[in-house]
Amino acid sequence: MIKIVKRDQPSRAIFFFTPVLAIFLTLVAGGLIFFILGFKPFEALKFFFIVPIADKYGFSELLLKATPLCLIAIGLSFCFKSNNWNIGAEGQLTFGAIVSGGVALLFYEQEGFYILPIVILAGAIGGMMYASIPAILKTYFNTNEILVSLMLVYVSKLILDYLVVGPWSNPEGFNFPETRQFSDSAKLPLLFEGLRIHAGIFLALAAVVISWFVFYKTYLGFQMKVSGFSLKTAKYAGYKGKKMIILVFLISGACAGLAGVGEITGPIGQLHREISPDYGFTAIIVAFLGRLHPVGIIFASLVVAITYLGAETAQIFMQIPKYTGQVFQGMILFFLLASDYLLFFKIKFIGSKK
Amino acid sequence: MIIDINFIGLIIASIMASAVPLILASCGELITERSGVLNLGVEGMMIIGAISGFALMTVTGSLIIAIFGAMLAGVLISTIFAFLTQTLITNHVATGLALTIFGIGISAMIGKNFVGIPGKEFPVLFEGLKDIIPLLGPILFGHSIVFYFAFALPFITSYFLKKTKIGLIVRAVGDSPESASNQGINVRLVRYACILYGGAMSGLAGAYLSMIYTPQWIENMTGGRGWIALALVVFSTWNPIKILIGAMIFGGLTIIQFHMQAIGVRIPVQFLTALPYVVTIIVLVVISRDSRKIRLSTPSSLGKSFHKDN
Repeated sequence: MIKIVKRDQPSRAIFFFTPVLAIFLTLVAGGLIFFILGFKPFEALKFFFIVPIADKYGFSELLLKATPLCLIAIGLSFCFKSNNWNIGAEGQLTFGAIVSGGVALLFYEQEGFYILPIVILAGAIGGMMYASIPAILKTYFNTNEILVSLMLVYVSKLILDYLVVGPWSNPEGFNFPETRQFSDSAKLPLLFEGLRIHAGIFLALAAVVISWFVFYKTYLGFQMKVSGFSLKTAKYAGYKGKKMIILVFLISGACAGLAGVGEITGPIGQLHREISPDYGFTAIIVAFLGRLHPVGIIFASLVVAITYLGAETAQIFMQIPKYTGQVFQGMILFFLLASDYLLFFKIKFIGSKK
Repeated sequence: MIIDINFIGLIIASIMASAVPLILASCGELITERSGVLNLGVEGMMIIGAISGFALMTVTGSLIIAIFGAMLAGVLISTIFAFLTQTLITNHVATGLALTIFGIGISAMIGKNFVGIPGKEFPVLFEGLKDIIPLLGPILFGHSIVFYFAFALPFITSYFLKKTKIGLIVRAVGDSPESASNQGINVRLVRYACILYGGAMSGLAGAYLSMIYTPQWIENMTGGRGWIALALVVFSTWNPIKILIGAMIFGGLTIIQFHMQAIGVRIPVQFLTALPYVVTIIVLVVISRDSRKIRLSTPSSLGKSFHKDN
């Protein structure tokens, strides 16, 4: 007999255990999908999750992909903790990249130590500007932030497309949809010879540290948590709800914008049509998988980054379609949400005797 | 320039055709939301419907199997959402997002072998009457059965919600699950049914895109229509008849954009393509500004989990 009993209070141990359970269940379900598709499940999983990170280059690629995911997810955790559903980080990333790319192009034939900080700052401001739209519309016009932030994703990608095809396209570029290469001073330095991992990772780590400090050591972090639990309580306590909404959106936009900077000033060094393989959406999963906790998000970003690499490897070696990555990402979130049931309920196995 | 009156008719008909998937998906989601459930997975369910319909049509050759198969696929994928949100009491927003990400991935995976295959011609009704009446002929006649169904659906939905007992139960569950439950209504069952119905309609909307509107399979071919459908439900203030108006506006934007490109209006194509998204935002702002009206028309328990302790 199985009996389901409600817990008196959510279990903290299970709170951090369920992400692990979710990853395990995703692997099982993934193996099953590979089997249905006619692949050997264990071999496919090996190509998906182990082969891509087995060497130095692979590990560098893992960090390269985990960097934007971590950065964006940290930003999103500010929103999600305070019950603001910013799901348009992809747009904020794109707009941040547009602004910082535009600034980098202004300096395209110049060198100087001052260029990179300006370019980075421009990206953060771009992301903040774009995130402020859903925030302001939510606070002053009562507009649903989910739909607005999402619609803006499509708009940002079209703006980018217009710029790289039209006014910003490289005059010597044979009409390829891309801008000029940025000058070396506008690029984030690479960390190791021959590897693509760049200094953007320090931005992500800084975000982790700062967010940890804000969440757990400041009054603001406390206010955010209370608003997330209950808006009524927050109002009763006299917190400035509107300011908070705008603030968390700005933080989240800045992080997404910085991720955009990393994508264009890192290995690529120019603006082009597709600067992000949906990092902004995937980071939503990373934020949840990391339990909106800065350290959790580091681990989650590494795990989810593997799905990007694994999808590429599996496509090359086994002709498994690369979209399997997205399927895995969706499944992780499904299983994570499902296993949250264990937070609130205990499953008791009762012997046959009554 | 002589404008043929039938040409105007054809333009209106093409606007209506591009409104069809929006009407179907919005009316489905409206029922789901009326029962108190916010399913953000419309885009995912729609794309699953699109690939299922196209794949079944190619494999079986039967349009009927394909259309009903697509609806069934929508039901199946929405069952995941229903199970998670209703049985395991997960957060509606996060679960809906997972559904969309998962749906886009799965559809691209299945669709890999169907890229580039030409679609089939879908039979149209009353073709012969098209040329008999000027202007109205092309508007009223010569469309697929799904087209007619879509334009009847808002009225059926409205009647269902206002005049039938089951419709009343759905509204009661959405407005006050506690009292509905006390009246002996199985809240969870009603919500399950409404979610699955929404899945079926989204699936049908997707199948319309891949089988009738542009008969082929293209990755990500729903292109945000699922999200616009969600916005339309807010736009309609949960009134099915207004969905019709909203869907026509958005259909109009899509079609006008094509014609402006065709007659060589010197606006970058990207700006025209962005128009429906920008207009969605503007419309949402205008509608939501009146927070009292929104509060009065929103199903009171929308997006909130209901769990009966026993």
